[in-house]
Amino acid sequence: MRSYLDFEKPIADLEGKVQELKALADSGNALPIDDDIAKLETSAAQALADIYTRLTPWQKAQVARHPDRPHAVHYIEKLISDWTPLSGDRNFGEDAAILAGLGSFRGRPVAVIGQEKGHDTQTRIRHNFGMARPEGYRKAIRIMEMADRFNLPLISLVDTAGAYPGIGAEERGQAEAIARSTQACLRLGVPIVSVVIGEGGSGGAIAIATANRVFMLEHSIYSVISPEGAASILWKDSAKAQDAAMNMRITAQDLVRFGIIDGIIEEPVGGAHRSPDQVIEAVGGVIEAAFATFDGKSRDDIRADRRRKFLAIGRELKA
Amino acid sequence: MNWINNVVRPKIRSLWSAKRDVPENLWVKCPETGEMVFHRDLEANQWVIPNSGYHMRMPPKERFVQLFDGSDYEAIATPAVTQDPLKFRDEKRYVDRLRDSRAKTGNDDAVLVGAGRVEGNAVVAAVQDFDFMGGSLGTAAGEAIIRGMEEAVARSAAFVMFTASGGARMQEGILSLMQMPRTTVAVEMLREAGLPYLVVLTNPTLGGVTASYAMLGDVHIAEPGALIGFAGPRVIEQTIREKLPEGFQRSEYLHEHGMVDLVVHRHEMRATIGRLVRLLTHAKGTALIPA
Repeated sequence: MRSYLDFEKPIADLEGKVQELKALADSGNALPIDDDIAKLETSAAQALADIYTRLTPWQKAQVARHPDRPHAVHYIEKLISDWTPLSGDRNFGEDAAILAGLGSFRGRPVAVIGQEKGHDTQTRIRHNFGMARPEGYRKAIRIMEMADRFNLPLISLVDTAGAYPGIGAEERGQAEAIARSTQACLRLGVPIVSVVIGEGGSGGAIAIATANRVFMLEHSIYSVISPEGAASILWKDSAKAQDAAMNMRITAQDLVRFGIIDGIIEEPVGGAHRSPDQVIEAVGGVIEAAFATFDGKSRDDIRADRRRKFLAIGRELKA
Repeated sequence: MNWINNVVRPKIRSLWSAKRDVPENLWVKCPETGEMVFHRDLEANQWVIPNSGYHMRMPPKERFVQLFDGSDYEAIATPAVTQDPLKFRDEKRYVDRLRDSRAKTGNDDAVLVGAGRVEGNAVVAAVQDFDFMGGSLGTAAGEAIIRGMEEAVARSAAFVMFTASGGARMQEGILSLMQMPRTTVAVEMLREAGLPYLVVLTNPTLGGVTASYAMLGDVHIAEPGALIGFAGPRVIEQTIREKLPEGFQRSEYLHEHGMVDLVVHRHEMRATIGRLVRLLTHAKGTALIPA
């Protein structure tokens, strides 16, 4: 059963009718409905294409959070062989909101850090809906430092609404953990490539996305605060999330324009969840090509490249 | 009565009080106890309520006046940046908010940078002004901090950061988020140059500011009672749906939880900073350069 977003209602109706007719045809009634099915399928595909070529920023936010969207676990499963998950920050605990581990990516040993939201009630609770606590970021730091020592390039998959706001998280230094994680990214002598696969939520995202190359999926979002959060603070009305999404420039297309990210990875019509394998493969290709550009570069060059990239952000903008 | 020695000299005090347009009869109420204090007395006491010890916000330039030897410092110009690249408007246009804040504070943006000496030691300091759009971290503030840290490297000086901010400047969207890694690059430059980086956390310091340069100091000093955290108390209450414990996210709480080295009264701030810079730089001999 496919989940539809509110704005996908016309598609849901058409695809629903197609399903009904197909069931009818399969039931053995020799009705001449093949043409009708084909026509409806064409209209459904057309409606899907129409809607997805002009998604508003708010609609993109919903696609980015789609429950069926491929998550970090899916990317790891498809792209990483010999996957060996590693756990714990060696200080306090294990935080499954951030997955970390070692494996092999297209013949290259790598370290991977990925934010995981979970896909059903049980896994969502286990992964805390992808909202990491300090120990998650401290685990990420530990893996980054290890990757650096063993000369392993790093893949980071960003998908979080933000770092978790809770008493325990504050008590254990959420802000410090994020700041140190960003700093750890900047110190790496190995390349780090980040892909925003869903939601890039504020400090919780930048902590693992201070990378040599940053890419976004076509319908992912990356922002300083969620549209809902901005609406409640700036408009004093959380119902204004649509306006906030529009004004804040949170889409991949906006971020390329502002020189924040290095490229957009296309999604199939209708979003990544309609063809996960295709998207994951495309992401793999982009990461592989990005890594290749750092082959033979010195550790100092790789570090300097990252610093230059971030210092340059915003300096050439036109008003 | 140690603090008396630290109170700004009357002559200097008259210099800045003359500049500002404060009605003669202004009384200020202590937010904690309700105690009323005559504004002159408050200024003379470095904006600390005499009886309750509550640390009020103070004008950013006053930080420099009180920090540097002889109240003598050089204002460091901060880079001009692109205004309102997002063409942002919520209930008000961002450009109008900027204009209002500039008129109110007389400054271009939320971070000011100054250079001078503290008890003989070369220091570059930056002050974040909460009165300028809540001290929020946008491109201008980020550039000012980077510029300040670069200046410290050029002068072989220690860097002192006085933070006060509600967090990121949402009107600059993703560009404001990018100031977190950008300022961290500058922190790394300080570190590589072997220069001390002291953070003075003042009320309030929150969000992306805490989650970047404010938590990366060699030494973290907090003013008493300052609200310091990642998520604001309201956001946490809404998330967990329970009341927060007394004193949560205050300086003393952070000290207890190992995030802050020292909680220091404003009257002791200059002496503490001077001593730390001297101790940290003594081995390099930088502290011995004559003033």
